[in-house]
Amino acid sequence: MSRRAADRLFRFSLRSATLAAALALVFVTFFVGYEALPALQAAGAGAFLTDPSWHPASGTFGLMPMVLGSLAVSLLALVLAAPLGLGAALFENFYAPPVLRGLFQRAVELLAGIPSVVYGLWGLVVLVPLIAKHLAAPGTSILAAGLVLAIMILPTMALFSSAALGAIPAEQYRAASALGLSKWTALRTVLLPAAGRGIMTGLFLSFARALGETMAVLMVAGNVPQLPSSLLDPVRTLTANIALEMAYATGAHRHALFFSGFLVMAVTLLLVTLAGRSEKKEARP
Amino acid sequence: MKTAQAESQTATNGATMTPVEKASPQAAETHPVKMTARKVNVFYGAKQALFDVDLEIRDNAVTALIGPSGCGKSTFLRCLNRMNDVIDNCRVSGEIRLGDTNIYGAHIDPVLLRARVGMVFQKPNPFPKSIYENIAYGPRIHGMAERRAQMDEIVETSLRKAALWDEVKDRLQEPGTGLSGGQQQRLCIARAIAVNPEVILMDEPCSALDPIATARVEELIDELRENYTIVIVTHSMQQAARVSQRTAFFHLGNLVEEDETDQIFTNPRDKRTQDYITGRFG
Ligand SMILES: Nc1ncnc2c1ncn2[C@@H]1O[C@H](COP(=O)(O)OP(=O)(O)OP(=O)(O)O)[C@@H](O)[C@H]1O
Ligand SMILES: [Mg+2]
Repeated sequence: MSRRAADRLFRFSLRSATLAAALALVFVTFFVGYEALPALQAAGAGAFLTDPSWHPASGTFGLMPMVLGSLAVSLLALVLAAPLGLGAALFENFYAPPVLRGLFQRAVELLAGIPSVVYGLWGLVVLVPLIAKHLAAPGTSILAAGLVLAIMILPTMALFSSAALGAIPAEQYRAASALGLSKWTALRTVLLPAAGRGIMTGLFLSFARALGETMAVLMVAGNVPQLPSSLLDPVRTLTANIALEMAYATGAHRHALFFSGFLVMAVTLLLVTLAGRSEKKEARP
Repeated sequence: MKTAQAESQTATNGATMTPVEKASPQAAETHPVKMTARKVNVFYGAKQALFDVDLEIRDNAVTALIGPSGCGKSTFLRCLNRMNDVIDNCRVSGEIRLGDTNIYGAHIDPVLLRARVGMVFQKPNPFPKSIYENIAYGPRIHGMAERRAQMDEIVETSLRKAALWDEVKDRLQEPGTGLSGGQQQRLCIARAIAVNPEVILMDEPCSALDPIATARVEELIDELRENYTIVIVTHSMQQAARVSQRTAFFHLGNLVEEDETDQIFTNPRDKRTQDYITGRFG
C-alpha cells in the first residue's frame, strides 16, 4: 500500500470512529428525550416543579426533592474535594521529593480506577455507622453521600489541577524566584492564576461526575424522597431515583423517570461543554 | 533616548555594527569589588561542575563569562543569587560575598538575596499578565509602593531604563506575552530592575534575539552599567568585546583567567584562552 493510501485509510478510520461516538451520543439523547416527551405533554413541565411530592402511584411527580438532593450531595462533595485535590496537585508538583512524585500519581490514578460499588460499600460499612453513632441516626444522609462522593471525585480534581500546573513552563517559576519571591508567594500569585482555566475544567468535570454517580450514592444517601433540611437528613438523588424505580415503573411514572434522566444528562452536557470551553480558551495564548 | 530611525540605522550596519563606547581600562580597574567568590565548588549529584573558582566582580562594570558549552558559566552565574538552591541535586561549597556578607551564610534568606541580585534568563519569560503587572508585580510583593501613583512611577522608570517605555506606553494593559521577542527580553530586564537590585545576572540574554534586538539590548546593558553591577554569560566573543569591561574565561569547570576585556582578547596569558578566542575549539 502506498503511503498516501495508508494515510487516507488511517484518516478514514479515525473519522468513522469519531462519527460513531458522536452518533451514539445523539442517539442516546434522542431516545431519552423521546421517552421523556409524553411526561411533559401529560403533566407539563411545571408539574415537576410544583407538585408537592414524589408519589408516582397517586400521580404526583414533584422532582424538587430529588433535584435538591442531587445538588446538595454534589456541592458538598465539590466543596470538600476541590481544595483537597488542588492541594494534592500543588504538593505533587512543588513540594513532594522526586521519589514521592511518581508514587503519588500512581496512587491517585488507582483511586480513580476503584469501582463505585466498592466506595459505596466502604461508606455503608464504615462511614454510615460512624455518623449514626456520633452525629445522628440513621447515618445515611447528605453528609455520608457527600463524603463518599468527595473521595470519588478527588482524582478527577487532582489530576486536572496537576496537569494544569505541570503545563506551566518551569521558567515562570524561576522568573518569580529570581525576583525574590518565596515559593508560596510565587505559587499563589503567578502559577495558580496561570493554571486557573485548567483548574476550572477540573471543577466542572468533577461536578459532572458527582451529579452522575449513582451506585455509591444510592448505598449511603438513605433514598427518602423528601426535601432535606439538614446535612444529616437522608435524601434521594435523581440518579438513585431512576435506578430504584425503573425496574417496575410503567406509563406516566416511566416517562417521568426518563424526564429526570434527561435532566441529569442535559446538566452534565452543559458542564462538560463549559469545561471544554475553559480549556480551549487556555490553549489560546 | 534613541529614535526608531536611529535604531534601524544601527541595524543596517549589520556585521560592522559600531561597538558601544567603552570605559577606559584604567577606569574599570579602579571600580571597587562588588562580589567575591572564593574556592567555589559545585556538584550535581556526584558530578563536579566547578572547581575552586576564585573571582572578583567589580561594581558598575560589566563582567562577561565566556567559554565552551558545558564549562560551567551558567552554573557559576546561578551561584551568585543562589538559584542553584532551586535545583534538586545541586550542592555548592566555598564562599561568595556580596559586599561584606557571605551569601551562603547560615542567616541569609535566599529569597531576600534574590531581591538584591536579580536575574535575566536566556529565553524571555514574561508572566502571563499585562505589561504593567509584569513590572509592578515584584515591587508590590516587596511592598515598595504604597499608592497607585508611586507604582505608576516605578513602572514608568523601569520601562524607561529598559528602553521600552516609548514602545509600550500606550498599551500597558495588554499582555506581556504579546510583545516581540526583543521587547519581551527588555520587559524582563525592566522587571528585574523594578525591584531595585544591586547586581543583575544575565544568562545569554540575546541568544533568542535577532541582530536588531540584540543591538538594542547591548546598548541597554551599557547604559545600565552606570547604576548596576552586571554579569553576563555569552557565547559571542563580539558581544563580550562590545559590552564588557572585564572577561572571565571558563574551561571544563575551571576559571582559566580573568582580566580586562581588552587584555583577554588581544593578549591572553593562557594557551586555552587563546585557542578559544581564535576559534580553535568550543
Ligand atoms: N541541573 C543539572 N543537573 C546535572 N548536571 C548539570 C545540571 N546543570 C548543569 N549540569 C552540568 O554541569 C556542567 C556545567 O553546566 P552549565 O550549564 O553551567 O554550562 P554552561 O557553561 O552554561 O554551558 P552552555 O554554554 O551550554 O550554557 C555541565 O557538564 C552540565 O552537564
Ligand atoms: Mg549556560
